[in-house]
Amino acid sequence: MPAERQAVNYRVKNLILAHIGVSFATLAAAAVLGAWQMTVRTGVNPPFATPETYFASVSAHGTIMGYVMPTLFTMGFGYFVAVTALDQPLPSMRLAWAGFWLAAVGIVAAIIPIVMGKATVLYTFYPPLTGSVFYYLGVLLVVVGSWFWVALMIWAMAHWKRNNPGRPVPLAMFGTVANAFLWLWTTGGVAVEIIFQLIPASLGWTQMIDVGLARTLFAWTLHPIVYFWLLPAYIAFYTIAPQAAGARLYSDLMGRLSFILLLLFSLPVGMHHLFMDPEHGTGFKFLQAMLTALVVLPTFLTVFTISASMEIAGRLRGGKGLFGWIAALPWDRPMVLATCLSFVLLGFGGFGGVVNMAYAMNAMIHNTSWVTAHFHLIFGGAVVIMYFAITYWIWPILLEREAADVRPLRLQLWLWFIGIVIMTFPWHVLGLLGQPRRIATFDYANPVIAQWQPWVFVSMFGGYLMLVSALLFVWNIATLYRARPVGDNRMHYAVAVYPPARVPNALNGFALWNWLLLFLMVVAYGYPLGQFFLMDVYPGLVHRVDIGS
Amino acid sequence: MSEETIRRSELMWGAIAAFGVGIMAAVIVVSSFAMAIHPPSNVETIDPTTLNTNSEFAESNLGTRVNPDGSVTVRIVATQFEFLPRCIPVPKDRQVTFRVTSPDVIHGFLIAGSNANTMVVPGYVAQLRTVFSSAGDHLMPCHEFCGLGHSEMWALVKVLDGAEWKPDASGKASCELPR
Repeated sequence: MPAERQAVNYRVKNLILAHIGVSFATLAAAAVLGAWQMTVRTGVNPPFATPETYFASVSAHGTIMGYVMPTLFTMGFGYFVAVTALDQPLPSMRLAWAGFWLAAVGIVAAIIPIVMGKATVLYTFYPPLTGSVFYYLGVLLVVVGSWFWVALMIWAMAHWKRNNPGRPVPLAMFGTVANAFLWLWTTGGVAVEIIFQLIPASLGWTQMIDVGLARTLFAWTLHPIVYFWLLPAYIAFYTIAPQAAGARLYSDLMGRLSFILLLLFSLPVGMHHLFMDPEHGTGFKFLQAMLTALVVLPTFLTVFTISASMEIAGRLRGGKGLFGWIAALPWDRPMVLATCLSFVLLGFGGFGGVVNMAYAMNAMIHNTSWVTAHFHLIFGGAVVIMYFAITYWIWPILLEREAADVRPLRLQLWLWFIGIVIMTFPWHVLGLLGQPRRIATFDYANPVIAQWQPWVFVSMFGGYLMLVSALLFVWNIATLYRARPVGDNRMHYAVAVYPPARVPNALNGFALWNWLLLFLMVVAYGYPLGQFFLMDVYPGLVHRVDIGS
Repeated sequence: MSEETIRRSELMWGAIAAFGVGIMAAVIVVSSFAMAIHPPSNVETIDPTTLNTNSEFAESNLGTRVNPDGSVTVRIVATQFEFLPRCIPVPKDRQVTFRVTSPDVIHGFLIAGSNANTMVVPGYVAQLRTVFSSAGDHLMPCHEFCGLGHSEMWALVKVLDGAEWKPDASGKASCELPR
């Protein structure tokens, strides 16, 4: 099978390094902001702590971690998969670099107004609060840049299928293209909101804004965006982790099925973010709650398939008995360690998420620290730890160098894991106690709030561990440039125990699934969006934070 | 391990996973339909720009009021950066209906230590009903970022039992914040 061992050539090295490099540079900056924000919340009053700086910092942290870091990482990893798994050059290097530079300009355009205090609207930018137009244009440019990537991924797969009729698309690329389609659908909501509502408002062209419509369009994006962040981790679970453990993938078909289910069920579910909103009735909230339950399925399937693959690896290495194979796994390899840590975080985070999506229980924790805990565990924890592990896997291939010592790599992964647990477990408790998220300072003179303070301190400690881990990660990558050259730049993807010779058309492409998704989206969002044009709604008065209103 | 064994194990696991999801869905169906637990979802519009002249949310009509039929309604305006009123007395063990709206931006409404929670979106009246089963004070923070003064936006809900619950002759009840 030549497709499993391919050299990274085709002149994409710098393209991939640029994307992932920018991604992690922004992550390091946002990690500093995160640790500082947590210090402010403890009440110790660190330097520069004012409401202006705190909420500007939250806006920057969210914008980077939500829109910049994962998008650039996913694009870079996607280009890597496209050339290595398909063993062909990218359809257009020019378009790929154009997408990168659009995103890069967008990042700068979005960050400058935040630093100037002109876009303190947080990364969710719910109107009527409206910031500088440059902030929205910047976010939009990042999205448009990523659409270039979407086009290139779809194009690359189509090109490969033409040249390889009847052969199954390699699983890593199948997952990547699933994510490209997912992202195209995902960004539809927020792009419409930015172009038709927020930019006209921030330019002063409109004084009134339909707040309910804006929230619904944003919810359309806000849930599946999480799955866009998640899919690179799943691609690594299926196509890299079994290889790293020294075994094979239990089932290729299950991977394809999971990617398709993730595409279908991550999208028509965003209204579970609006359970507590007065502009929607119970009917569609309930429908989307039910659809949200289904998105649990592909994760259950993945956990099974990857655990089974790992069991094969453990037994091949001499592990015996019901659990002996776990101890026999090569834990010294960062990818194996990260996969296991990621599963643990996925378990805890998933539990919190099921509470969030539960139609009735949501009232208990909506917009409390519980929610912040949930998405930091799932995204900051389970997903980003896999971004680290993927980078540890592919960066040496790109540089053709090998880290002499993987202990600092493992230490970094452990620090991140321990840090996120220490940070987010207290947030769950605080959320149940009623601590709201997105608040700079608390009145700790109040005896009720004073009881929260010890938990806030504990979580801050976890945040600093994560900051140390983020900096150690940057150090680990930097030292790789002086590591020993190995002259080997082949990428090895995991092979299935029984690699499929052929797969049904439905499991080798996305035409059918995009039609089905269109149907689901019309059912799930047709009325909830249409109602704003059918009933008499009163728009809200735009509140410009950049000029004062 | 044959291909058939793998396929069978996957089908079995798929069934177990589907069963688990089915149970989750069943719990939600039963609690929402049989027990009528729903999130606050009355789609009721209101003009946010003329709230002060709106008879229901005029300043004199805000706060806690006992209705002629004995039920209790609390009307609140959430505005940058305070709740009106800031102290809210409610009776213990009686159904209380909260009606909240905003004249400016989005705010959040949460009574800590209870399941009273809703977004406050300008243009809509958020309404929710709850019963407080024990007397005591609850913090009521704004839980959505509403501007630079957001962190200071807190109110207090005082749950009063029989002797302390004293609405005036017109049915209005009010309280003062400590300090």
